Amino acid sequence: MTAIAERKSGRTQLDLRRSSLPLRRRIVDQVMKSLMIVALLIALIPLGLIVYYVLLRGGSILNWEFLTADIPVRPRAVGPGMGAAVAGTIAITGAAALLAVPLGVLGAVYLNEYGKKNRLAKLIRTMADVMTGVPSIVMGLFVYVSLVLVTKEKTGLAAAVALACLMLPVIIRSTEEMLRLVPDELRQASAALGSRQWRTTVSVVLPAAVSGITSGVMLAIARAAGETAPVVVVAGLAYQANWDIFHGENTTLAAQIFKAAAEPFEGSQQRAWGAALTLMLIVLIFTVVARLVANRFAIKER
Amino acid sequence: MTEHNAPAVGLTEKDRGRLTDRAFRLLCVAAGIAVLVILALILVSLVNQSLPAFREAGWSMFTDTRWVPNDPDGDGPATATYGLLGFLYGTAIVSVIALIFAVPVSLGIALFLSEIAPRRIRGTVVTLIDVLAAVPSVVFGLWGILVLAPAIVPFYQWLHGVLDGVPVLGSLFGEAASGRNFMTGGLILAVMIIPIITSICREVFTTVPSADKQAAYALGATRWEMIRGAVLPHSFGGIIGAVMLGLGRALGETILVALVMGSTVQVTANMFSGGYALPGAIVNLFGESSGTFTSVLMVMGLLLFALTVAVNFAARSVVRRAEIRMKGAVA
Repeated sequence: MTAIAERKSGRTQLDLRRSSLPLRRRIVDQVMKSLMIVALLIALIPLGLIVYYVLLRGGSILNWEFLTADIPVRPRAVGPGMGAAVAGTIAITGAAALLAVPLGVLGAVYLNEYGKKNRLAKLIRTMADVMTGVPSIVMGLFVYVSLVLVTKEKTGLAAAVALACLMLPVIIRSTEEMLRLVPDELRQASAALGSRQWRTTVSVVLPAAVSGITSGVMLAIARAAGETAPVVVVAGLAYQANWDIFHGENTTLAAQIFKAAAEPFEGSQQRAWGAALTLMLIVLIFTVVARLVANRFAIKER
Repeated sequence: MTEHNAPAVGLTEKDRGRLTDRAFRLLCVAAGIAVLVILALILVSLVNQSLPAFREAGWSMFTDTRWVPNDPDGDGPATATYGLLGFLYGTAIVSVIALIFAVPVSLGIALFLSEIAPRRIRGTVVTLIDVLAAVPSVVFGLWGILVLAPAIVPFYQWLHGVLDGVPVLGSLFGEAASGRNFMTGGLILAVMIIPIITSICREVFTTVPSADKQAAYALGATRWEMIRGAVLPHSFGGIIGAVMLGLGRALGETILVALVMGSTVQVTANMFSGGYALPGAIVNLFGESSGTFTSVLMVMGLLLFALTVAVNFAARSVVRRAEIRMKGAVA
């Protein structure tokens, strides 16, 4: 008040310099800002430590033989072997993607092109959100009950179905976001040329959004590759590479890490670190590719 | 958005294109409905498999802390007792510890990113947080059990020594026999849920109208005073929603708690003692169970399903309501 009054009378300028703030307010401001940076460091230190240990301990064992050799049956054995898990991860995650991607993309097409804001579409959106929150172990139990108990065999397919159920809501929601970004003019132009809606969707809308959809799918695959609990429950155990997901027990890198981490033996633990490094590399590759695809071919928002 | 009632000749005729159109639409509707079917199947199959346990053990499962799943024919007691309270307690405690550590840290990072960080640093930090979110939980578990748990025991013992005899704190931070306990589980769980809480808080903070912020600055507020006076009150609902989504993630996280928390079923105030959480118990015990025991594990799954769905549902509606209110404020 006084400052304004003074300025009006033209005698003094309003003092806006930082140093004119009361000391207490300046200190509180600085302390709070520093606390935010400390918070960031608190989160990044564990990340750094994990990456460091995985690289250090896993890097010493990771080589071509490690990726292809069979898993030793005795956990005490020292030396390489995660071949069965590498094969299983590729086969199971691939099969899960084959199941979840078409279903998820078509579901998203329904939500954005047909359902829009009607009650069924709203219900599906809400339920997809709910499904995103379903714990992976519950999905494992569900697939165990509805598939393993029926076929009386633990298979890679059961694990793939469980992973697909976990991926489905993620793919639906991310694909719908991408379809929403496709400008309406494209749809109208296609309709004006006389195409029916399915042709518009398949040859105009989906191609326009393909980079965003691919990026979302890649992220979902990366996440699924690291899922452990459902695989442990429904896939069983395998020591030799089993590419046939329809028959015989199978395993994945994540499941092997879980099993080996609990063993007290050095050989087993070392294989766990190697498997962790392999898994993180797979996840990293998929994530980076997703980023590149999304950046390179992004639809320009209007 | 687009209606296809084009008046041109040939487009309204019944032809094969029209049939394909119908078929494609049906296919899409079916794919959408698949979500509903799967969710319904989960519920039905879990309830169905839980029934034997309810028949045999009854509702006292939820109030009993005794967990004696022994085979009656073996050398255990005559009848098996399935008390789930210990697991519920373990899940609750480890989630609460995780939230206590994760919420302030996530808020700090989100505020740093949205209000303080220069543009160049912002991109790098967002990428790093994304990387943290991409690390599979089993890798966290591996690191927790082999590196953190053994290394942190001396710290726990030191803390116990310092606080021993202090009324409440003394019993909270009791004897630490090993590093695999509630506290270690909660700490690593906190790191895992930081990315999700951070990203939602960041989204919420970006909806704060810049008019509010500029007004705060114009009144002479420092950066922190602006945050406290304009950003935080405006985002309160959204923050609550973000915390609840983090809680939903924490409740369902399986592998980490299975590896890092130990496997003692107990209700104790001591944060440095081993415990057992619902998801960890399911994944560890499923392979060796049969009959009623398996059915009890299904009850656990059902319980977990109900808990996470309820928390997520509440969180989404809180976030949505907050969003609607914010949009109203902008207009």
